Amino acid sequence: MTALGKLLRTTAFKLSLAYLLISAISAGAVMGWVAWNVKKLVDEQIASTIEAEIAGLSEQYAQGGIRALVDVVERRARQPGASLYLVTTFVGETIAGNVASLPAGVLQRPGVVESSYQRLGDIDSRRRALARIFVLPGRFRLLVGRDLEDRETINDVMVRALTTSLIWLTVIGTLGGIFVARRVLRRVDAMNASAQQIMSGDLSGRLPIAGSNDELDRLAQNLNSMLERISELMNGLREVSDNIAHDLKTPLTRLRNRAEEALRIAVTPDDYRATLETMIDESDNLIRIFNALLMIARAEAGTDRRAMRIFDVASVAQDLSELYEPAAEEGGMELRVAVDQRLMVNGNRELIGQALANLIDNALKYGAQPDLPKLSGGSDAPSVNAATIAKSNVVTVGARRVGDRIEIEVSDSGPGIATADRERVIGRFVRLEGSRSRPGSGLGLSLASAVAQLHHGELRLEDNSPGLRVVIALPAVANTTYVPGLPMEAGQGTLLQNDESRPGNNQKS
Amino acid sequence: MSDMRILIIEDDRDAAAYLVKAFRESGHTVDHAADGLDGYALARENEYDVLIVDRMLPRLDGLSLIGGLREQKIETPVLILSALGQVDDRVKGLRAGGDDYLAKPYAFSELLARVEVLARRRGASAGETTHYRVADLELDRLAHKLTRSGKEIVLQPREFRLLEYLMKHAGQVVTRTMLLENVWDYHFDPQTNVIDVHISRLRSKIDKGFDLPLLHTIRGAGYMVRDGAR
Repeated sequence: MTALGKLLRTTAFKLSLAYLLISAISAGAVMGWVAWNVKKLVDEQIASTIEAEIAGLSEQYAQGGIRALVDVVERRARQPGASLYLVTTFVGETIAGNVASLPAGVLQRPGVVESSYQRLGDIDSRRRALARIFVLPGRFRLLVGRDLEDRETINDVMVRALTTSLIWLTVIGTLGGIFVARRVLRRVDAMNASAQQIMSGDLSGRLPIAGSNDELDRLAQNLNSMLERISELMNGLREVSDNIAHDLKTPLTRLRNRAEEALRIAVTPDDYRATLETMIDESDNLIRIFNALLMIARAEAGTDRRAMRIFDVASVAQDLSELYEPAAEEGGMELRVAVDQRLMVNGNRELIGQALANLIDNALKYGAQPDLPKLSGGSDAPSVNAATIAKSNVVTVGARRVGDRIEIEVSDSGPGIATADRERVIGRFVRLEGSRSRPGSGLGLSLASAVAQLHHGELRLEDNSPGLRVVIALPAVANTTYVPGLPMEAGQGTLLQNDESRPGNNQKS
Repeated sequence: MSDMRILIIEDDRDAAAYLVKAFRESGHTVDHAADGLDGYALARENEYDVLIVDRMLPRLDGLSLIGGLREQKIETPVLILSALGQVDDRVKGLRAGGDDYLAKPYAFSELLARVEVLARRRGASAGETTHYRVADLELDRLAHKLTRSGKEIVLQPREFRLLEYLMKHAGQVVTRTMLLENVWDYHFDPQTNVIDVHISRLRSKIDKGFDLPLLHTIRGAGYMVRDGAR
């Protein structure tokens, strides 16, 4: 494709051509309208002149008969620039006038007619005239007409003006189009070149911005922001995969060591069985860590927004409290629920559920006062009195609306986390002193934080004095009337609607 | 449930060989197809109790395969196996016509339990029973009433649903994740022994004081409600 061909195929050039065509059509229409009006005006003037002359001549005829009429006609016909006159008998023989010939039949039709004619003394040229044929009493016919030369001249001028202006319009329009197209093409070419460079691997490249703040600049700016976001995500992913690789090596090494140890030391089938069972447990743990990391990475990358729908976070908090309540009791803790009704958020129910489960799990594991005597497990333990419970290890799951946010919180009365450590503990794999001896991956808070951020919310660690309060604050869905089982807004809620297997749906029998 | 006829459609040779062997050891008849098209043909030509379909297959991917079968009105229960374990992957799989979804890597006991539940579902008649009975334990879904040896036992609503699910699948192993999914409607890993504690509470209500235990723990797999005499 030649440079010119490329130019001619640009949008800018095509647009110029389209404008050109529209201008030409409108110029033609304006000129045509003017010409038509001028013709109408000229015709009207001619008609009224003729009318006046016929009125005068009819009067002459009425007063002096055919002789007086012929005299007047002969006199007027000889004047320079005269109108056309013709007086004939009823069979068409010329009596007087300055018309040499007319097309046959013109005289037979009384009224106004536009016709060609030849003038006496100027037989060589046929011209056009507007005339009126009038039948006099005595069946003489009188024709009075005006030459149309003036009108034709005006018409010619108009047509010439139109063609000239169209030619100029075309030339200037085409050149202008090419000029604009070249300017745009140059900038688009520059953008394309940058894009090629970026695609070939240099992600730090950016599109050029001319500084004119026009639509191309805005496009380039937006594309640049997009590139910025892409490299952020890429870096995030790289960081996560590096971390995963690093953090999975430790448990993998442990797994391998166990296998080696078994090969070296184990003697009986029971020894082997015991080792294999621990190895399966360790692999499960590894898978769990891996899943948690993937979930965090995906939540942080913000790619899971598709699965969002509006749901009642209060019922999630209720469900999970109820799920963990027996486990809490068995661990000698009391799980209390202080959840308001109907707290609607737009989000991923599974992820928020998982985050809250992590917080409750943490509180049950680490939220116990070491010096308080643990309650003996089991609901039927008779030795527990209410006063001891009130002061002992209580974990509270709360949820309420605070302004335009829904706050879900899990608070315990355990040792808490020092202010200095609160920021740090959200990081991946961070486990504080004293908790390392207990099971856990150090990913629970990271996941909760990532989930909060995915939902444009935040995770806060606060002092429950004594103890720790962890708050997930999420944007509330404003003023909605909730109809159970119906999607709240078009496009939302539909995704999980069919598939979110209510208990039993999954197993329709 | 014994002797199911299972078709495994899985392109990974080792994984497939492992599954075929493990299911045969559990007393089932197993066919194997290594790609989507072969699997589709086998599933159309034969009557299976359950299909186990990998999501990513050569020649015809798992979800299209299931869609194709469902279009042909072949309603064999399908369990989708996938390396993709996120919530929306699961949703996509179930929407495509799958009946259950299990993310890799999985424990064989989990897979076996789920496949048996699916196969049983195929055998059961379409009508939902309102009454479950195991030995002298009777559960009435409509009246929300539970009796053992004619004596009424009062359960919390969730405990009732838990027992209902277990009794619906009486004689079959039900795993912890299956319980979390079907009784609580969550698909994540609870990580701790939360389900076990619920089970032991339930057990203390229905088995305590009776000679014959009905709610059994199946080591390394899950739980089962069963008439102990069998």
